[in-house]
Amino acid sequence: MRVLIDHISKTYTDRKGGRTETLQDVNFAIEENEFVVVVGPSGCGKTTLLNIIAGLLGPSSGQVIIEGRRLNSKPHTAVVFQDYALFPWRTVLQNIVYGLEEQRLIKSQQLDIAQKYIAMVGLQGFENKYPHQLSGGMKQRVAIARALATDPWLLMMDEPFSALDAQTRILMQYEISRIWEETHKSFLYITHHIQEAVFLGDRVVVMSRRPGKILEIIPIGLPRPRRENLVNDKPYLEYVDLIWNHVKDQAKEALEEKA
Amino acid sequence: MSPLGTERTVVQDKTYFLQVKEHPWLSLISFIIILLVWEFVSRGQWIPPLFLPAPSAILLEGWGMLKTGLIFKHVLASLSRILLGFIMACIVGVAVGILIGFFSIPEAVGNPLIAATFPIPKIAILPLLILWLGIGEPSKVAVIALGVFFPMVINVYTGVKNVDPILIKAALSLGSNRWRIIRKVILPGILPMVLAGMKLGIGIALLLVVAAEMVAADTGIGFMILTAADLMETKKLMVGLITLSFLGIFFNWLFQKLEHFFIPWKH
Repeated sequence: MRVLIDHISKTYTDRKGGRTETLQDVNFAIEENEFVVVVGPSGCGKTTLLNIIAGLLGPSSGQVIIEGRRLNSKPHTAVVFQDYALFPWRTVLQNIVYGLEEQRLIKSQQLDIAQKYIAMVGLQGFENKYPHQLSGGMKQRVAIARALATDPWLLMMDEPFSALDAQTRILMQYEISRIWEETHKSFLYITHHIQEAVFLGDRVVVMSRRPGKILEIIPIGLPRPRRENLVNDKPYLEYVDLIWNHVKDQAKEALEEKA
Repeated sequence: MSPLGTERTVVQDKTYFLQVKEHPWLSLISFIIILLVWEFVSRGQWIPPLFLPAPSAILLEGWGMLKTGLIFKHVLASLSRILLGFIMACIVGVAVGILIGFFSIPEAVGNPLIAATFPIPKIAILPLLILWLGIGEPSKVAVIALGVFFPMVINVYTGVKNVDPILIKAALSLGSNRWRIIRKVILPGILPMVLAGMKLGIGIALLLVVAAEMVAADTGIGFMILTAADLMETKKLMVGLITLSFLGIFFNWLFQKLEHFFIPWKH
């Protein structure tokens, strides 16, 4: 399987006819089992790009193509949203089986699959809690389990940890790295956090400010499994520096524009 | 000693008057005192009992009406009208609210219609309803249904509009189609607004049933109060008012229970 993001552009037109170009000719592919991270300053259209790939928004031009075929499932993607997007009226377990209900699986199958992912993200004992009873980190675990349970061809995450405190965020990065190693799916991860991008990604797509276009695609040649000691290694820091140099000017411009 | 001197200022809690103090006994005692004063005023003939009967006399009258079953006849008549109109309005209100909240064509058609008819006091439509449906039960049920329908449909519409779009996106990405989104995201999402609409609606239903029964009926609490007034049976009239108060309190309690039962994620 391969997801081809084929020359995507997106321009918003507001009611007064004003046009905002959000994405400009974004072109890359996500290979099977690959962990791709998109990094860029705020307002670079990262979320727009994710929505287009997920089929939650139409591009102005270009298309997203999923190549390949599997016997047991139609090509589908799953999304982990920034603010969790859990159904508040469903318990943890009910949230996780949502996608399985839509796949019309029988109840016992739903529960088997849910149990597997509850264990994988470490939510045992929380099955019957409602989202509002959980911390931010726990909520995001539910969202990840809910997305993974549908067995997507591509799992997309939109700044999933930006609402978490710094410590929880670091722990969740380790978790995601481990989950990717366990599931071996294709991941597309969106962030503005450079260290996170280098820590997680096989390749990092660096994007510019609006209109968002690709500045550089950087393969991250760090060994796996990646664990916390990695963050003191010289090659890791060099990658961080390299990407920072790409986005530094962009970030400065953005800052001045706001001031 | 430091050069700043020895003066010390203790920081005061400036929010002390915002703290909610509870007076559980005061509520009860004041209620009893008011009843006692009322009893005293009435017994002492300071206000003729014909205009203001004593609480004890009202209680006795009520007890008598309970024993003869007279009160049940009227309460049941009013309740059945309320229930019928209320349930019909809830079902239609939720359906229409979802329709105009979720689909653009029904919204374009329905919104101005609702905006134009909503301000009309529903009791003013009763004569027209009597013309159309006759003097019997249907016209009374219809006026209640109309009264409950509007707060319901407006609440549901607002509820649909306020369902977090990210939840709809999440459902779409998990494989729901449009109809399953209505059932699995919109419906549970609007439930709090539906219950709020029901609470509003039941108050309106109580008001309308009494008004309608005063216009044209031969049973019901409204009818009972009106005929009692005509015959100067003030005690009976008062029993009617107290019954209405009890009904209101009961419905309030009922919907509180329903809320706890249907919206467990909010408690």
